Amino acid sequence: MLYAILSTFVLAAFSPWVHRLAGRYSGWVLALLPAALFVYFASFLPAINAGETVVIVTPWMPGLDIQLSFLVDGLSLLFALLISGIGFFIISYAGRYLEGDRDLGRFYVVMLSFMGSMLGLVLADNLIAMFVFWELTSVTSYLLIGYRNEDPKARKAALQGLIVTVGGGLALLAGIVMLAIAGGSYELSEILNSGDAVREHALYLPMLILILLGAFTKSAQVPFHFWLPNAMAAPTPVSAYLHSATMVKAGIYLLARLNPSLGGTEVWFTVLALFGAVTMFLGVFLSFRSTGIKSVLAYSTIMALGTLTMLIGIGTETALLAAMTFLLAHSLYKGALFLIAGILDHEAGVKDFLQTGGLRGALPITSALAMLSALSLAGVVPMLGFVAKEAMLESVLEAPGLVPVLTLLAMASAILGVAVAAIVGIRPWFGPRVETPKRPHEAPPALIAGPMVMAGLGLVFGLGPGLADGGILAAAARAVNGGVPVETYLSLWHGLNWPLAISALALVTGLLLYSRWDRARERLAWVDIAARFGPERGYDRLMDGIVRISEWQTRLLQSGYLRYYIMFIVLATAVMVGVTAQIFDVSAGPLRLQDLRFYELAILAVMGASALFAVLSQSRLGAVAALGAFGFTVALTYVMFSAADVGITQILVETLTVILLVLVLFRLPGFLGLSPRLIKLRDAAVAMAGGGMVMLLLLSTHNAREFPSIAWYFIEEAVPAGQGRNVVNVILVDFRALDTLGEIFVLALAAVGVYAMIRFRAEDRK
Amino acid sequence: MNMHSLILRTAGHFLLPLLLLFSLFLLFRGHNEPGGGFIAGLVAGAAFVLYLFSMDIAAARKVLWIDPRSLMGGGMTLAVLSGVPGIFRGQAFFTAQWWELAVPGLGKMKLSTVLLFDIGVYLVVIGAVLTIMLTLAEAED
Repeated sequence: MLYAILSTFVLAAFSPWVHRLAGRYSGWVLALLPAALFVYFASFLPAINAGETVVIVTPWMPGLDIQLSFLVDGLSLLFALLISGIGFFIISYAGRYLEGDRDLGRFYVVMLSFMGSMLGLVLADNLIAMFVFWELTSVTSYLLIGYRNEDPKARKAALQGLIVTVGGGLALLAGIVMLAIAGGSYELSEILNSGDAVREHALYLPMLILILLGAFTKSAQVPFHFWLPNAMAAPTPVSAYLHSATMVKAGIYLLARLNPSLGGTEVWFTVLALFGAVTMFLGVFLSFRSTGIKSVLAYSTIMALGTLTMLIGIGTETALLAAMTFLLAHSLYKGALFLIAGILDHEAGVKDFLQTGGLRGALPITSALAMLSALSLAGVVPMLGFVAKEAMLESVLEAPGLVPVLTLLAMASAILGVAVAAIVGIRPWFGPRVETPKRPHEAPPALIAGPMVMAGLGLVFGLGPGLADGGILAAAARAVNGGVPVETYLSLWHGLNWPLAISALALVTGLLLYSRWDRARERLAWVDIAARFGPERGYDRLMDGIVRISEWQTRLLQSGYLRYYIMFIVLATAVMVGVTAQIFDVSAGPLRLQDLRFYELAILAVMGASALFAVLSQSRLGAVAALGAFGFTVALTYVMFSAADVGITQILVETLTVILLVLVLFRLPGFLGLSPRLIKLRDAAVAMAGGGMVMLLLLSTHNAREFPSIAWYFIEEAVPAGQGRNVVNVILVDFRALDTLGEIFVLALAAVGVYAMIRFRAEDRK
Repeated sequence: MNMHSLILRTAGHFLLPLLLLFSLFLLFRGHNEPGGGFIAGLVAGAAFVLYLFSMDIAAARKVLWIDPRSLMGGGMTLAVLSGVPGIFRGQAFFTAQWWELAVPGLGKMKLSTVLLFDIGVYLVVIGAVLTIMLTLAEAED
């Protein structure tokens, strides 16, 4: 399993060379890997359908008990099959679609890396591993949306997608850590068995909110839906694969995966069902009023994602099976439709439905496949989309609550869904022939193979729903249901019932709406104005705000004046330490002044006098010398406490510091008192705060000993273990040699820094 | 930079070798008496700085013979390498290794990776001090 996922990354690394060697056949060559993976995953089918769950563990860091573990059950297998199966067609399609593109090699690298990340995401058993793959899909998606990196719009859309999904990812990380705390393990296979413990945990609500933030941003739920249509700046194969069939479903996968642990509560149902239903309606509504081919498809993808969220929220056995069926149906028809949109762009040069019409004669096969997929989108007999839609309506009618709201939204979405399907399945192909930028002709096999198989499967599974049900969907629904087999099954004919009636109503009303499409769009022009106040506006405001705040704080903190830097550092340290001391109730020990000896008092007096002189001196050299004197008295105190080594070091460092300062001061102009009195008082206050804080800290550490001192260990072990009588040296070079290594590294780094700073400035002057 | 002081120049000539010898003395006695690589490095660095003040930069660089930046690099390398032998004995990185050498006429001599490490520290400290000092001194011209 590990090798299966790694193989995609390895191939990704070598794909530019494969591309160079295989030339125009590179798409087919590279597509062999997803094909092989599909076969490999399919080999798990018998065991999974027999009710087994396979956990594959590869030791990674056995010493730390960290392992790479993978969980194969119905849900992850369904996703893995979709990812590798559709991936096969996408890669071979891209080879032809982007043929001759100078960045095609780079495209393969990112695309295959994405495939590996997505497989890792759905197969990972370890939450942290899953999160890493989750973020990898965001990053690869960013690179793919911004594939045309000369286009500022593509770059903006890529960044928007990245910020929204990665922002959600951060919330998700916090959420899964809480989940692991509540569930007692980072392994999904164990967490899923401790659902009650998770649901009753005090962290349940914050955990749920954070995880839902992750899932909703990834799966473009309202109000985070706006990034998905913008992501259509990516080349069409990317839109088909990432932003329709696979990546955006990662959020759905997460919800379905965690349903046994998090699901079944009032909050879960209400939030998921409502957000899902609103997303479903808004998606199809916005789809209906778009005219760009890819944006119509993108918005209808949002509808599908909303539907899936709602179904998982409803959570009855019918709903879970409906969700899995809808997932499969949507991946098949939407993948096919996106690829057909690519064909229209590639072979006829059209990107907008208004530019199309009467293309049936020029692209007979493509048009037939488009109509077949549109039937599935509309939910018409005998496609898999119909089976899924019937099951969806049935679950909505039987939902544990909110039935009127959900039914209303589902019905409205069904009607608009039919209209959208008509736009896709009728508009480009029938009616008067419209002139297209390119002379339209039928697509080559590499482009048509994917839509053909996907649309075909939609039909086959529609005619024989038992095939899909027994093949994988029942196992997937069982996994979402927490390992309990679902009692319902799929069928094409459910008898005369309410769902069928709604479907029939939707079909008629939807076609009627389609016939008034042009006028309806005019009527809906107000949506553009309303959209100015929508969530995308909020995103733009947020980004502008971040830029403004960072400009403001940069101007405040990075003033370029050394005195302000020092002031901020000292003040910040003093305040932070002071506040922490307050919180933890740290207090200074008693000052036992009567224990002081007279020579100690003498040293203290010299210390104080030299410090005072350094502050008040009107000459720089005088101040430096006074500081040096101060340092020597410090060294003296070390010697008094018989720390000879530290004392010697202090003296040497003090000597060198004075020399260093003299070297620098040499070049400064004469000393001038430029600061007004008020500023001097402020600086004095800052200095006193810093010094006072250090003093309090020293005094309090003296009487706050929470652990036994380790000094005796070093003193006792220095000779037997370190073979040296100088304990300080033994500690430095033997017991704590690694620390010393770090220290000399820092020292060397500082020297290189000084060297670079002065040398480069000198060169700049020349 | 030249201080043009005859006394300082003469003293510098004599003090440099003496101070360097003293720094080596501090380095090798460090494991048992006050001293060690860090202190020895500071003494040696100070010795060269004294020479720099009494003569000039060119003379200091000449007597130093090797670029102080190379001293830092060499010292770091030596310090890291001194941690390696432990690994070959199946112990953790930086586990001290000791060997006893019988030197004819002098008795037994103890050698260890700890000493190598201390020499590495010594070199890094000299290199760092002199890199900073020489750079600052040269920037004045």
